Amino acid sequence: MDSTIKKICEGDVRTASRLIRDIEDKRPDANTKIKKLYAHTGKSFIIGITGAPGAGKSTLTDALITEFRKLNKTVGVLAVDPTSPFSGGAILGDRIRMQRHAEDSGVFVRSLATRGALGGLSQAAGNAIHVMEAMGKDIIIVETVGIGQQEIDIINHAHSVVVVLVPGMGDEIQTMKAGLMEIADIFVINKANRAGAGQLQTELSTMLNLSPQTADGWKPPIVAVGDAFEPATFSENTAELAQTIEEHHLYLKQSGKLTERMHRKAMTEIKDALSSCLMEPLLHSLITSGELEKLSEKIKNRKSDPYTAAEEITEKFFQKRRGK
Amino acid sequence: MPERKIRVMVAKPGLDGHDRGARILARCFRDAGFEVVYTGCHQTPEQIAAAAIQEDVDLIGLSCLSGAHRVLFPKVVELLREKDAADITVIGGGIIPEQDFSMLYDAGIKAIFTPGASLDSIVEWIKTNIKPD
Amino acid sequence: MYFSKEMQDASLKLTRKWEDEVQKTLKNNPDQKTRFSTVSDKEIKRLYTPEDIKDIKFAEDISVPGEFPYLRGNQVTGYRGRYWTFRMFSGMGSAQDTNQRWKMLLREGQTGLSTAFDFPTLMGYDSDSPKALGEVGKCGVAIDTLEDFLVLIEGIPLDQVTTSMTINPPATVLWAMYCAAADIKGVPLSQIGGTIQNDMLKEFIAQKTFMCPPGPSIKLISDTVEFGTKFVPNWNTISISGYHIREAGATAIQELAFTIRDGIEYVEDVIRRKKMNVDDFAPRLSFFFNSHIDFFEEICKLRAARRIWAKIMRDRFHAQNPRSMWLRFHTQTAGCSLAAQQPYNNVIRTTVEGLAAVLGGTQSLHTNSLDEVFCLPSEHAAEIALRTQQVLAEETGVANTIDPLAGSYFIEKLTNEIEEGAWDYINKIDAMGGMIAAIEKGFPQMEIAESAYKFQAQLEKGEKIMVGVNKYLSNQPYPIPLVEIDEKVGEEQIKRLQNVRRKRDNKAVKKSLDDIRNACKKGDNVMPHCIEAVKNLATLQEICDVYRDVYGEYKDPGLY
Ligand code: B12
Ligand SMILES: Nc1nc2c(ncn2[C@@H]2O[C@H](COP(=O)(O)OP(=O)(O)O)[C@@H](O)[C@H]2O)c(=O)[nH]1
Ligand SMILES: [Mg+2]
Repeated sequence: MDSTIKKICEGDVRTASRLIRDIEDKRPDANTKIKKLYAHTGKSFIIGITGAPGAGKSTLTDALITEFRKLNKTVGVLAVDPTSPFSGGAILGDRIRMQRHAEDSGVFVRSLATRGALGGLSQAAGNAIHVMEAMGKDIIIVETVGIGQQEIDIINHAHSVVVVLVPGMGDEIQTMKAGLMEIADIFVINKANRAGAGQLQTELSTMLNLSPQTADGWKPPIVAVGDAFEPATFSENTAELAQTIEEHHLYLKQSGKLTERMHRKAMTEIKDALSSCLMEPLLHSLITSGELEKLSEKIKNRKSDPYTAAEEITEKFFQKRRGK
Repeated sequence: MPERKIRVMVAKPGLDGHDRGARILARCFRDAGFEVVYTGCHQTPEQIAAAAIQEDVDLIGLSCLSGAHRVLFPKVVELLREKDAADITVIGGGIIPEQDFSMLYDAGIKAIFTPGASLDSIVEWIKTNIKPD
Repeated sequence: MYFSKEMQDASLKLTRKWEDEVQKTLKNNPDQKTRFSTVSDKEIKRLYTPEDIKDIKFAEDISVPGEFPYLRGNQVTGYRGRYWTFRMFSGMGSAQDTNQRWKMLLREGQTGLSTAFDFPTLMGYDSDSPKALGEVGKCGVAIDTLEDFLVLIEGIPLDQVTTSMTINPPATVLWAMYCAAADIKGVPLSQIGGTIQNDMLKEFIAQKTFMCPPGPSIKLISDTVEFGTKFVPNWNTISISGYHIREAGATAIQELAFTIRDGIEYVEDVIRRKKMNVDDFAPRLSFFFNSHIDFFEEICKLRAARRIWAKIMRDRFHAQNPRSMWLRFHTQTAGCSLAAQQPYNNVIRTTVEGLAAVLGGTQSLHTNSLDEVFCLPSEHAAEIALRTQQVLAEETGVANTIDPLAGSYFIEKLTNEIEEGAWDYINKIDAMGGMIAAIEKGFPQMEIAESAYKFQAQLEKGEKIMVGVNKYLSNQPYPIPLVEIDEKVGEEQIKRLQNVRRKRDNKAVKKSLDDIRNACKKGDNVMPHCIEAVKNLATLQEICDVYRDVYGEYKDPGLY
């Protein structure tokens, strides 16, 4: 076995984190390694956590780590934060809430920046999950950015999606209707000791009752989690959350829905891989050769049109490939 | 091949709560195009070293104004060595008397910045010295 | 302010004439920069005129000292009866080292004590905790048990000198030690005086020495307020502090607004939780502000602070007792305005800042030492800093008359503007549901971080100047002697602590810790139990561990 692959399968954090870095930085040999790693993936249970910024996703993730560790499960966490569109830099601020687990060798937390991706994750997320799977993590938690309604990429990667809401965030429910509603397997009403929590709970249950039974046949439960600053209730509630997540996992397995989700995931992965094998190198060569610039000029002056241009490009590309 | 993005960690070891400088630095690093992990205050050297490895950062910037740098800075370097991560560069800053510089350099700290250091000079140092492969 | 019609006309006419002249002059002699602003980046006009203060009503807005709105001070005789308290913040190494420094300062004419504790003490850890590694005695005095405390106050007349303690999460423990020490020395609690800083909200906002979450932190503060009101009537049970907020990077207006809003939060909690009448405890609330380098802005900020607090106490809390409306405060010059480069210049900066504090009517003052950027103050540097205050008080004549800048077009206008700026913030935080809610959102923290970053950027671009740092640089060495705290201090402190642990009655310790735990759980006042515990030689950390255990621990959220 390739030494990198071997080390990762043995759980070596340095090697794993470096491979994730190679994926993020789009190193050419990263895909090669993922190919070799792939056979060792697919055994972890993947949980997505999403919800508005400040809803308490990272704090809950931290608490879930504690709960899963109590059950002796190893945990990987991928926490995604936004890249600044101005500088390309990012402040990765989720990990700070999980630092108390830093020294636990059963926990591996890795932060990712979106680097321009819009769906709430980073392009590297899918393969980064695979790296953690190969490491043998029992559970992988993926925390999304939490900026908007378009954050639905998570369903293509996670088995269970937890949507975190907090009372008093105004048109939260409206936002939900617009997107997050369909992706939730479990709802958390966080900071549930606050004013407005009861109302949120009612609104949410009404909505869930109104919506037709999900295709999955699973009715998303609502878990209320009290204030993180009240240690006793908080840990009781987060234990319940962990339990509910486990139940959903069990449901997926028993109902056969898990294979459906795995299928959906595979489709996404092919699309992503195609993009990475075809689109990216293609665009790259078009840009560096100046071809893209020339074609745009032609289209602008109505000397060509986008479809003809695209056909020409693909034709050339495949010829070149065949030539090789 | 596209260039690697520089990943750094700004860390506050010990009980020190002086974070004005560290927070300014973290933000300045982001604006310089780096990906920055900020640990927040009150971290043990063990937490810092473990986090740096998990995050695959190229550099750890330790900020300490409490006078505990003599013990805490070398400890971080030592832990990285133990974990086979001596290639992670460690620099530091804060209230650090000049007479402590040599013991810190000897312990493996690569650069030290003290009050009045311009942000430009710090970013410049990183860009010159950190070239992730 | 009332101006006759005639005077107003003349003023307008002359001002217009002057404006024309300015425009003409600028053509050939442009200004050095396009924008003139304070260190807080508040824009300042070239000239202020009667027009700027024409709406001010003397009786309501300014008045005389000792009258509402107390803009001009609380004391009717000003500094003539008594100067501000010369109170130098000091603490270093062991209790004995600090005791010696205190005695030196008192000998040299200091009139009040102020204690700096080391990091383990501030954070509620004993000197032998792994967390204390490398920190014992470095940034202040190390106190683990009552025995250390007795060494600290040895030879200090507790019934004559007031002592301030910058101690936040473990305030109940250290104050309990002070009370126990007084008891042992035979001084009744009714005769001791001093201040515990004990303002936890500004810890979450700025200073970052925190232990338990905001809710229980405030509960402990209300305990001290209640205990003080009942048993230690001359103690300032809390020092609501803007100093740290400013030093973390806030503007003058942010410092003022967040501090005052913190004060509101405490008053509300005591009234709600302890069912106390506002006039019973409000007179013992005290404040602590910064005096930064922008001379006029600071004077106006301090004046505005008194007026805002008076209005809040009268209108929001319906206080009847004038003393409830008094904003009494300590001031410290701005550490962050000082430079490592050409450190002697720091004496000059501190002098200007000290002067601003006095003209702003402070009741107590700490002046920073010239070695501020390097280490804890050396004896010589601390002495110069103390002398700076003495020169201000005794030689310059600034204390002869009360609030000498009142009535100035600029001063009154700027005072008003700062007050308005502060109200905007206070109202905003009210709308968020109070300061705890605002802190949870990260609101004050982010506002301050923004200001700090902006100032740093202005320094980088040369828009703000620090002599010796980004202008008028010099290669000359300016050697100054530096204080170094020996690592031995820690070793010896640990020995002392372990000795105490060996000789004490562990059963009694356990019982008193259990009593504290029960009080925490039941919501009772912890103070009497803390006094009992420290007398039984329970350590600082043992008590704080009980708090952490019952209330949970607060971790730096590091918000961006
Ligand atoms: C501001 C300040 C505070 C604020 C802190 C607010 C905050 N949240 O940060 C407040 C008022 C709360 C405070 C409190 C205390 N302070 Co203080 N504080 C200062 C002060 C005046 C300025 C520090 C500062 O922020 N400067 C501005 C920033 C931008 O500069 P900087 O942090 O130095 O960073 C620059 C460089 O050093 C460098 N740098 C720093 N870190 C790093 C890291 C890396 C990787 C790099 C590359 C560069 C770098 O780059 C930056 C840009 O130039 C200094 C004295 C001074 N003038 O330096 C004392 C000082 C640090 N404080 C001191 C002390 C003792 C305390 C207290 C312990 C007092 C007490 N006993 O209660 C408390 C404890 C507070 C706590 N919880 O930590 C001492 C430390 C003594 C020592 N080390 O020997 C000092 C030196 C003052 C003194 N002479 O007594 N303080
Ligand atoms: N009061 C309170 N604050 C919380 C709770 N959970 C999280 N927070 C705070 O809310 C802020 C945002 O939390 P975080 O977990 O980072 O949210 P995320 O952005 O969704 O990941 C932080 O300051 C947390 O300390 C809670 O249950 N109660
Ligand atoms: Mg988060």
